[in-house]
Amino acid sequence: MTLAPGQRVRVSSRSHDGHNRTPAYLRGRIGTVERGHGSFTNPETRAYGADGLPERQLYLVGFEQREVWPGYPGRAADRVYADVFEHWLEEA
Amino acid sequence: MHDHDGHDHPHAPITNGDEPDAAARVRALEELLVEKGVVSRNDVRRRIDWLVSRAPADGARIVARAWVDPAFKERLLADARSAALELGLDPGPSPVVVALENSDEVHNMVVCTLCSCYPRALLGPPPDWYKSLPYRSRAVTDPRGVLDEFGVELDDGVELRVFDSTANIRYLVLPRRPAGTDGLSEDELASLVTRDSMIGVAVPAPPAAVS
Repeated sequence: MTLAPGQRVRVSSRSHDGHNRTPAYLRGRIGTVERGHGSFTNPETRAYGADGLPERQLYLVGFEQREVWPGYPGRAADRVYADVFEHWLEEA
Repeated sequence: MHDHDGHDHPHAPITNGDEPDAAARVRALEELLVEKGVVSRNDVRRRIDWLVSRAPADGARIVARAWVDPAFKERLLADARSAALELGLDPGPSPVVVALENSDEVHNMVVCTLCSCYPRALLGPPPDWYKSLPYRSRAVTDPRGVLDEFGVELDDGVELRVFDSTANIRYLVLPRRPAGTDGLSEDELASLVTRDSMIGVAVPAPPAAVS
């Protein structure tokens, strides 16, 4: 799966045992791909001594704060960004 | 002065004091890694020496150059790792470093909610508050409240962007150049650039307000 900037994505809300870097507060949230960073070894297997291969694409994804936090006290335009691996993203 | 075994000692009790539990765990891990031959004590010491040799002045050089040289700024925003290398700075092991430009319309700030990811190669070790639970949680849930506590007032209509960074990518904020600095040299400009302004929780003060 290759995602392009501007594409809408949803962060998977599947449960996951063990190490991962996908912030829990973004699970199930819809955001927009901001940029692709390239591919990196998978920290979810590297954390347990494996080689982390195959590499996975890592994307910077932006979310409207009001979409993430109901009752967010700031402005409507405020956004939070996170780097999310491709296998946590679904097309939305 | 304390009392034990029926006599007085003219000193405070000798303990590990306020050492966090994590320090004991780290020591135990290091012992195991050395024992198993994964790292040597020299590897660990060299890494610590490298880390503490970094300082916010390194990042400040990048910012000041971007303020005076629009072509450099363009290269910085396209690829901050290469831009750091261009100035002879070591951008560290992360293959991707991203500079986030503050403007009239956008203010960027950086947090690591999972742990303490930080552009150590360009800013040195992170401040303790950056690793604290209150900053790590409130920087995403109430970033404007956090900025207010740091004394940053954003103009009306400024969009706030919070970057929750993880281990692969390092983010460095490129703050706005303060007004009234037209006559300053690049070195003088660099002296205005603080660590916190490159995390995005402060703005560089004009020279009159420094001192």
